[in-house]
Amino acid sequence: MLAVEGLVKRFGGFRAVNNVSFRVEKGEILGLIGPNGSGKSTIFNMLSGTLPPTSGSILFDGHEIAGLAPHRIINGGIGRTFQIPRPFHRLSIFDNVSLAGFYGQGRHSRAKAEEAAEHALAMVGLPTDRHASVEGLGAAGLKKLELAKALATGPKLLLADESLGGLDEAEMDQAADMLRRIRDELGITIIWVEHIMGVLMRVVDRVMVLDHGEKIAEGLPADVAGDRRVIEVYLGTDADASLAAAAAAQARRRIGA
Amino acid sequence: MNRQLAGWIIALIVLVAVPFVHRDPYHLHILVLILIWSFAYTSWSIMGRFGLVSLGHGGFMGIGAYVTALLWNHLGITPWIGIPVSMATAGVLALIVAYPCFRFRITGHYFVLVTLALSGIVLQVITATRDYTGGSLGYTPQRAPSGKGLIALQFDDKTTWYLIALAVWVVGLVVWRAIDRSMSRHAMEAISEDEDAAAAAGVNVTAEKLKITMISALMTALAGALYCQYQMFISPDTVSGIAVSLQMVFAAIVGGVYVALGPTVGAVITILLAEVLRIGFGTKAVGWDNLVYGVLLVLFIIFLPKGILGSLIDLVRSPRKPPRGHEQQAVPIARR
Repeated sequence: MLAVEGLVKRFGGFRAVNNVSFRVEKGEILGLIGPNGSGKSTIFNMLSGTLPPTSGSILFDGHEIAGLAPHRIINGGIGRTFQIPRPFHRLSIFDNVSLAGFYGQGRHSRAKAEEAAEHALAMVGLPTDRHASVEGLGAAGLKKLELAKALATGPKLLLADESLGGLDEAEMDQAADMLRRIRDELGITIIWVEHIMGVLMRVVDRVMVLDHGEKIAEGLPADVAGDRRVIEVYLGTDADASLAAAAAAQARRRIGA
Repeated sequence: MNRQLAGWIIALIVLVAVPFVHRDPYHLHILVLILIWSFAYTSWSIMGRFGLVSLGHGGFMGIGAYVTALLWNHLGITPWIGIPVSMATAGVLALIVAYPCFRFRITGHYFVLVTLALSGIVLQVITATRDYTGGSLGYTPQRAPSGKGLIALQFDDKTTWYLIALAVWVVGLVVWRAIDRSMSRHAMEAISEDEDAAAAAGVNVTAEKLKITMISALMTALAGALYCQYQMFISPDTVSGIAVSLQMVFAAIVGGVYVALGPTVGAVITILLAEVLRIGFGTKAVGWDNLVYGVLLVLFIIFLPKGILGSLIDLVRSPRKPPRGHEQQAVPIARR
């Protein structure tokens, strides 16, 4: 479904993504992991057209999409979420999603867009009433909204960017299950970027590991988790992260929140 | 909804009846001016409400006025053709200026500066080509021989002008409302908050912004042409240039850019203010209205950003906002 060849992104002298190639098959969930600054989000930004690649090719369903304008890529069947949710505060929750339903699916009809919005909101578990404001949503709600917007564009391939940052453990499990349901029920292929490794490994079919803009490993979750280079560059920081998470949880318990 | 429509129809009937009941030419003159400027301010706010603050609309207005008048005087082309030509000219100019701005993401203050330059350029061109345009002394469309008034779009009686201006003003409101209810409004709101996120929702950001800018520029040129035909005298200071652009921004913001009738309220206030100062203080107060505008603009941007009408409507619709009840609903649902 997606074939990426020799993708490079240079910012001045810095190579954020260096000659990365990979394929995604229809119906799979590919996990994309790596420490901060390893180039995950940059790859997403190139796949979705937010950034043009310096060089390389991105074939989606047999068509070259590298360097196309983002709205054309989105209309072509790729949906994306942002690492930090970017809701439109001046629109209601429903209008946020129906906007994506309208413009993300070739601007056919408003009725169709609203239908798409209702389905997407129901899928992620947000209220479908027309006037609920974005301001009432917490971190988990905003991430759901982000996902609903991406789903409403009717994607064949969903790029989910760090959907779990800032969530507690129960919320993380729910979000991971949600991605699996999106694949199982809607048949949408997913690339999932994440740096919290544990939850991701349970859900994905394959994992690709990035470090300093280069691919250092790719394969089944069990194999990758045992790879020495991966343990070196990645799991070390993950251990720190889980320590930090444990400390945060403890602190939260102490203040009784 | 039907009550609102009925309200509009009654208001429209009253407005149409005004010149047949009240024939005072001075009052009618003020009303015509208010309607024409209301239309211009409405045109500005069509893009201004989405954060596309243009200081170039004086330029579009000047093009509407001067192109129409020049075509009539030099080539004898009737304003019925001249006005569409002048609107198209303004549209092309808007395209030339706006496309690179939007394509290369020139937004916010930088966009304002580019449009400010546009105002300046149009003013300079009018002044520099004084052999044709009369320069800063102003310009008058040639009087049509009697009986040819309709072809020349020149009418002596104020009632005709009042009805023309009223019709155009209503068209402006209809366009405003059509945009307000379309998906384009949602797209523009989204763009004004976050262009990347809007593009990720599938919005063609450049095309949407261009569309709204073109509509706004075309309408503003029409306002300029009407002003020219009505006043039969135009000068760079009254229909073009930076002062006119600033006046549009001021009136639209004072009235309220987020509501359909906001710019109209702005026009009523600015024109009455100018008239009161002119009659009350005469030549002693030349330029005072601009001073008052400036001070008021600062106060409004700080204390009443939604403008007079916008704030009033807020006050009437929700005397006290329910204490964010929807949040208490949305949070548990979102956390589920």
